[in-house]
Amino acid sequence: MTIINFFCAAVLASCPLLFGTLGEVLTEKSGNMNLGVEGMMYIGAAAGLGGAYYYEKAVSSPVAAVSVIIALVCAFVFASLGALIYSVITITFRANQNVTGLALTIFGVGLGNFAGEAMGNAAGGYVFVSNVTKNAFNAPLFPSLSNLPVVGKMLFSYNFLVYLSILLTVALALFMNHTRHGLNLRAVGENPAAADAAGINVMRSKYLSTVIGGGITGLGGLYIVMNSANGVGGVWVHNCVSGYGWLSVALVIFAMWNPWRSMLCAFIFGALSVMRLYIPLGIPDQIYIIFPYIATVIVLIAVSLRKKRENQPPSSLGLAYFREER
Amino acid sequence: MEGTKREPFVRIAKRDDISKGKAFLIRVAAVLAALLVGAVIILILNHNPVEVYTDMVLGSLKSKTSRVETIKIMIPLLGCAVAITPAFKMKFWNIGAEGQLLAGAIAATYFALFHHATMSRPVLLSGMFIAGTLAGGLAGLIPALFKAKWGTNETLFTLMLNYIILGIERYLQNGPWKDPKGTGFPIIAMFDRSARLPKVFGVHIGWIIVLLLVAAMFVYLKYSKHGYEISVVGESERTARYAGMNVSKIIIRTMFVSGAIAGIIGYLTVCGADYTLNEGTAGGVGFTAIAVAWLAKLNPFTMIGFAFFLSVLSKGSNTIQTNFKIPASASGVLTGIILFAMLACEFFISYRVIFRGHKEKEEDGNDDN
Repeated sequence: MTIINFFCAAVLASCPLLFGTLGEVLTEKSGNMNLGVEGMMYIGAAAGLGGAYYYEKAVSSPVAAVSVIIALVCAFVFASLGALIYSVITITFRANQNVTGLALTIFGVGLGNFAGEAMGNAAGGYVFVSNVTKNAFNAPLFPSLSNLPVVGKMLFSYNFLVYLSILLTVALALFMNHTRHGLNLRAVGENPAAADAAGINVMRSKYLSTVIGGGITGLGGLYIVMNSANGVGGVWVHNCVSGYGWLSVALVIFAMWNPWRSMLCAFIFGALSVMRLYIPLGIPDQIYIIFPYIATVIVLIAVSLRKKRENQPPSSLGLAYFREER
Repeated sequence: MEGTKREPFVRIAKRDDISKGKAFLIRVAAVLAALLVGAVIILILNHNPVEVYTDMVLGSLKSKTSRVETIKIMIPLLGCAVAITPAFKMKFWNIGAEGQLLAGAIAATYFALFHHATMSRPVLLSGMFIAGTLAGGLAGLIPALFKAKWGTNETLFTLMLNYIILGIERYLQNGPWKDPKGTGFPIIAMFDRSARLPKVFGVHIGWIIVLLLVAAMFVYLKYSKHGYEISVVGESERTARYAGMNVSKIIIRTMFVSGAIAGIIGYLTVCGADYTLNEGTAGGVGFTAIAVAWLAKLNPFTMIGFAFFLSVLSKGSNTIQTNFKIPASASGVLTGIILFAMLACEFFISYRVIFRGHKEKEEDGNDDN
């Protein structure tokens, strides 16, 4: 039974990573390396929590579905606004992508904590959502199916965000490989000058993919705040994202910019992050906790050791595109 | 054809050059614009922006204790900004100053905890200094080795080391280095008197060391052969190779220097400011230092000003938290906005925006961030 519980916990823990990774894959495919994922996750988390909280305050008997939709929209929109700032500065103003991304992280981490605490102060302590919203985020989407032996728990016991992230994986894979817009986007990431010459609107592709990608990472933040693994979901905890955004950026490399592999990699890292609760290895907790980070380092090294043609990043990644300087 | 094609609404052209005064004015305007955005946020929270900003400045500079506190925030900030400068100049994105600082702090703490009885004070303090420097340097060296040999992504490597070193610190604090005389709460004991740095003008001697580092880094980058090599590698690795430079060696050496300086700052923090090691020893300074270094355009002397500015912001945020109940995270928000504004304004320094219909003379320095 432990192994099944471990599997389920790993899936739950991998969900925010998957949102973060998918968002960043979409972003990087356009040639934009947005290191602000951590910041956008914070913004999404605070905005989503705030949206649901103020909705609940405004009506006498909150409806779970409405609360969920408001939280999702707020998280997505505010995180994508963060990505929009990044886009304006890097795409239009041609600033250095690394530094702008780091600035977005500084800004977003500050803003998320700031908003979370300001809302808490206004509420007189902590800002938290009622059990109605919390349950809507945490309850299994298929309660009847989840009672099936073994498979039920492994496949059908998760909350709706998990299934949403899987749907998103499928959608992103289809988009990138089978639609004109997706192929155009990849062309932009590989060689913006050639894409421009072929009549693709490079600016628009870059803006759209970065902003939408940012919104998707915001959903990861929302997941963290609503479905915290510590069992205290639905409340603002100072510094709650704690590196998940950065892990997502690393996972993009591990996943080789491929949505399907993102799912696998996120699962592995989700498993690593909850392993200590299920498989005691007799090592101190503080060391066990850093396993995902150690694994990231190992993976980074391994990926750089075997350079294959297909695991390369989009060739224009990190470079600003100057049409006038072609 | 010529007649039917309309001139685009805006065109962007590279500026040939811009006077230093004008560039400076654009940057000042950017910072002011950022503070204005901050004022709007304060207004949204139903406070008077002028009062809040005044309170921030007074809270960080008015009394002697608050000035000492501000300088204490400034020392590691300026030090880490200096530390990451050579790496950033080389376009090696070292965002692991935090971890390198902590590595230095851990190494120094080892001597403070276990050798304070057997060593004389000067020997102990220098031993701690050397240990801190080497440990920090080593933490910088590891990602550099992999970057130089295999091109491993240094941004993420250095960042992951932050978490890993923090994990090691937590382990030491909860396990082997836990204060045996403590009340069960996992903390590391306060350092013996002999392991504490002396004070000069009310602040630990670290401020002198950091100022020396600033000057040394300026000279190192501007006048030494190493500094020249760093800027060539930063501009173009291929050019550096073509010129016969050993790029791997330069990367590894520079990152050792970068990490070592961060390690020294770790030593200063535990021996000068805190007299102990805890998980907040680094406290996010590695990230704010990136803001300082970049705002100063990697000029060590300019960093003094920006480090001071951001320290006032940081100390001031604590004050307004007490007085106005505005969360202290406000300093992160403001730092981020200022960075955004400065990054965006660089565009108006290097390019001209020409609107349709305006003739060549038009120069636009507008800033909309």
